[in-house]
Amino acid sequence: MRHIYGWLLLLPAAILLVGFTHYPALATLADSFFSAGTALRPSRFVGLDNYAALADDPVFWQVLKNNFWFALGTIPTSIALALLMALWVNARLPGRALVRLSYFTPTVLPMIAVANLWLYFYTPQIGLLDKVTGLFGVPSHNWLGNPDTVMGCVIAMTIWKEAGFFMIFYLAALQALPPELEEAARIEGASRGYFFWRVTFPLLMPTTLFVLVNATINSFKLVDHLFILTKGGPDNASNLLLYYVYQVAFSYLDTAYAATLTVVLLTLLAVFAVLQFRMIERRVHYR
Amino acid sequence: MTAVEKIAAWLLAILWVSPLLYAFWAAFHPPEFATTFNPLAPLTLANFEKAWGYAPFPRHFLNTVMLVTMILGAQLVLCTLAGFAFARFDFAGRDLAFALVLLQLMIMPEVLIVENYRTMARLGLIDTLLGIGLPYMASAFGIFLLRQTFKTIPRELEEAARVEGCSWMGVLWRVYVPLARPTYLAYALVSVSYHWNNFLWPLVVTNSVNTRPLTVGLAIFGAPESGVDWSVISAGTLIAVAPLLVAFLLFQRQFMQSFMQAGIK
Repeated sequence: MRHIYGWLLLLPAAILLVGFTHYPALATLADSFFSAGTALRPSRFVGLDNYAALADDPVFWQVLKNNFWFALGTIPTSIALALLMALWVNARLPGRALVRLSYFTPTVLPMIAVANLWLYFYTPQIGLLDKVTGLFGVPSHNWLGNPDTVMGCVIAMTIWKEAGFFMIFYLAALQALPPELEEAARIEGASRGYFFWRVTFPLLMPTTLFVLVNATINSFKLVDHLFILTKGGPDNASNLLLYYVYQVAFSYLDTAYAATLTVVLLTLLAVFAVLQFRMIERRVHYR
Repeated sequence: MTAVEKIAAWLLAILWVSPLLYAFWAAFHPPEFATTFNPLAPLTLANFEKAWGYAPFPRHFLNTVMLVTMILGAQLVLCTLAGFAFARFDFAGRDLAFALVLLQLMIMPEVLIVENYRTMARLGLIDTLLGIGLPYMASAFGIFLLRQTFKTIPRELEEAARVEGCSWMGVLWRVYVPLARPTYLAYALVSVSYHWNNFLWPLVVTNSVNTRPLTVGLAIFGAPESGVDWSVISAGTLIAVAPLLVAFLLFQRQFMQSFMQAGIK
């Protein structure tokens, strides 16, 4: 009976999960071995041709490289800032509720709205950034139109959006630490820096790992802002893998190649999935 | 905490809200004052009026509210049933099924836009609210969260209810669901903010005003080529984020605790 009950309870969710996660993941893999069908030429098995095209596609390599820089640019900085914010907000600070609110607010805004706000900062001449740099006599600069600066602009905005979100996890972890630790350290005369690096930071390691994996996954999923800020340009300088999938599928209408690109994305995410899964298991062991 | 640190914490806070404060400034002042911070600049609501006229905001609002409500309602039912199954039924293949559920934490529906679009076309659900919501209704995150919560509820309570003649469904409804209320609240807040802000999949699967949620409407409205001036874009952006932002400011403690609780589990 318990077998039947268990599966019956699971069934509605299972159908949707299989239909929109497992089936499409496998179908994407299958599609990547076929050519894109048209009305005149039906799709046929092409083996690894799509992957050969992928290897020869300079945009693919560029996008992959961009994703790497985007991850490297956003993750360490937003995690460091998140930790700093959490430490500050957890300490005795005048007006700390207000400070915490300020840090966290970007998290509840949609990425599209955030991009709308930041787009203006980056606008040449009339934008805020140009006004500020103009005060120091720096000539006007097309921040989003220049391949050298566009990634930096996108990274800065993403850090602003994400740091407060990660802060919350650190704050939760800090509040769960036993207060005796700090008392003991004070009695022993340990300096604050020593206490942080030898006690707090190591104890926060599970949180750091959790945030790290989430931030990495996010850096591959977060593309909304590109629709507003850059459309992946100029010349693909700010394009990211998922945005390229969107372009290939819905602008160039090459679904076979889009599927092949998605397989790369899924493979990357699967690697992180394994990492995350190990962490969840370890956490269960501790209980 | 040293004084320098306190000042730094405050400076960072000011830096962090300034983009939003700036949007407020631009939205409530005439366009010619958008970049000149003159405290005597006249206040106006004209930008909001214009923004409201440029895009069918009432329709987008209605779509978003219906979408978010529909997704949350379905999620609560589906995740409760599945979470209960994983927490309390020792059925064959449970661990494998659970691992397959967790896979969705990494492979969210927005990564599979190409294939899911095809599925929606087959089901005839392109450009419908159901088409936007369906892939999200069985949420691995919700199932996981509720399973963890249900597991902490002592079995004795359940056994007592069983002795009293409660059916399985009765036990779930009268014992488990009421005791998991904080988890439901946390999950609801996280889910509503996620779907209020979600963009890529709704963009892909909709193509008319009748179904487009706020984010998609805002993206079209705010596109630089639309030629709308900055003050109006600020006003439009504020209109779109206002309900969630106000809710957040009013219930900030619950919001932050929800995100915290969701993260710890």
